[in-house]
Amino acid sequence: MAKVLMKGNEAIAEAAIRAGCEAYFGYPITPQTEVLEYMSARMPELGRAFVQAESELAAVNMLYGAACTGARAMTTTSSPGFSLMQEGLSYIACSEVPAVVVNVMRGGPGLGNIQPSQADYLQMTKGGGHGDYSPIVLAPSTVQETVNLVILAFDLADKYRQPVYVIADGMIGQMMEPVELPELKPPQRPERPWALTGAKGRPRNIITSLQLDPPTLEKVNLRLQEIYRRIRENEQRHEEYMTDDADLLVVAYGTAARIVKTAISKARPQGLKVGLFRPITVNPYPYDALRKAADRAQRVLVVELSAGQMLEDVRLAVMDRRPIHFFGKMGGVVPMPEDIVDAMNKVMAEA
Amino acid sequence: MAEVKEEKIVFQRPKALCDVVTHYCPGCLHGVVHRVIAEVIDELGIQEITVGIAPVGCSVLAYNYIATDFAEAAHGRAPAMATGMKRVHPELVVFTYQGDGDLAAIGTNELIHAATRGENITTIFINNAIYGMTGGQMAPTTLPGQVTTSTPRGRDTKLAGFPVRVCELVSTLEGAAYIVRRSAYNPSEIRKLKAAIKTAFQVQMAGLGYSLVEVVSNCPTNWGMTPLESLKWLQENMLAYYPLGDYKVKDSVKELMAKK
Repeated sequence: MAKVLMKGNEAIAEAAIRAGCEAYFGYPITPQTEVLEYMSARMPELGRAFVQAESELAAVNMLYGAACTGARAMTTTSSPGFSLMQEGLSYIACSEVPAVVVNVMRGGPGLGNIQPSQADYLQMTKGGGHGDYSPIVLAPSTVQETVNLVILAFDLADKYRQPVYVIADGMIGQMMEPVELPELKPPQRPERPWALTGAKGRPRNIITSLQLDPPTLEKVNLRLQEIYRRIRENEQRHEEYMTDDADLLVVAYGTAARIVKTAISKARPQGLKVGLFRPITVNPYPYDALRKAADRAQRVLVVELSAGQMLEDVRLAVMDRRPIHFFGKMGGVVPMPEDIVDAMNKVMAEA
Repeated sequence: MAEVKEEKIVFQRPKALCDVVTHYCPGCLHGVVHRVIAEVIDELGIQEITVGIAPVGCSVLAYNYIATDFAEAAHGRAPAMATGMKRVHPELVVFTYQGDGDLAAIGTNELIHAATRGENITTIFINNAIYGMTGGQMAPTTLPGQVTTSTPRGRDTKLAGFPVRVCELVSTLEGAAYIVRRSAYNPSEIRKLKAAIKTAFQVQMAGLGYSLVEVVSNCPTNWGMTPLESLKWLQENMLAYYPLGDYKVKDSVKELMAKK
């Protein structure tokens, strides 16, 4: 199929449609609003559901309702909106229904600004809402990869009956790149015996996260943990770039990783042996793969558009086996590749 | 010898009502309303196409009693969940069952906007002027002067504002098609309530817009009364503030009712 030039946010929307998304609910918030706008035109013309909700709370609960009936459904938002969705996402996780959420992150905390940031990492990967749950979180670094991961998100959500997040940012959402899209297929509705579709010819279904009896709720939690164990075992994804001979291993995801790649292309000719480890699933985090990559290097540098939130996962992977350094920017400030080359040189000069 | 008459069933449990022991307090009207909903579901023959959404509050376990597909919503979010379900499955009959805290406090936004959009869903709203499940705190519908655990000297409107009249409020919204207030304090009112719930479901099935039936109800436990005292208190105090009646019946609904 021919490539088309698309804005990241529009590509997110079209990818979901191609993945058979039957229902979209959203609320305008910059820098993801184009997803909502695109869906408002495309979904009705395909006979699929679109609602501009009155809030992110409503949007995520519309998503919950549609998902309960077995439909492939999605919402998208940006940081402050994602905070509002935490309540619903905790319910979705406990009720074991599939749902896809894209967070096009912006600068925070609070109202912050609308520039790219990665400061929602801990909220997204460590649960965010109340209770013990652990969502799958996919982190693309190009518009094409965003398309691929949005489609994968629907498949993983179905497979594990859990919410799956795609963690993009204002850079990916707002940039245009050529992308290849899969064929448009009608909405997929595989056999979902648990779905609420009216109890015709079967015993009735109840979808609830309420279990007043502690041993029963413990069982629900143990079942969820078993799902997360299977996810950890089967769904870890990462990319390595020039790590074979790297003295310095840079760990970054999403937009930060993309800038690091450019920085590597500038640093290598200067004689700096540097490589990139890029987690694609930031939850489940590829701890073992990162530990192995770090063992081959002398030092580790973590680059993030945050105060160092993924840094905690890198420490868990690498432990004290290698010195770990950090370079981060906050508040929507995006570093230049040269800034990262400087950081690389500084780290290696300490060696 | 007495004449042996042919057996004729005059009263039985509706099919759509589960055969289980109730968890509700003695004298609480939730059980009556559940039964009425189940009778309507039976009469309309919609048990296999209905999805209920339970609230947070005393009726959080509504799915234990009403035998249809059911989902449990987060506090106040039932109308949003119902919207998501109905938009994907217009052929289903989707209803939310909500108390006053759920619907008129934490879930006001979801209520107002589902009604505004004219979602083809039905809400059964139980108004007993108090928070039941959490032990008797002030609700948005608590009457001025009414004593609760969080208005120990009676609701002072200077401090706590005024009660919300839901039917009056929602009936101003264009998307609302059928908005009525009933009660269940005696058999005659229960019959009127049942007719209203039936109409509300029929309005939804005809795709005429949002329907809501408010039930002025009681809470013997948290009001600190016997069941009979609570029904008397309801009539003497609540009905003046929450008059029973039809607040909005769109012309399309009147036409539908005339046809039936």
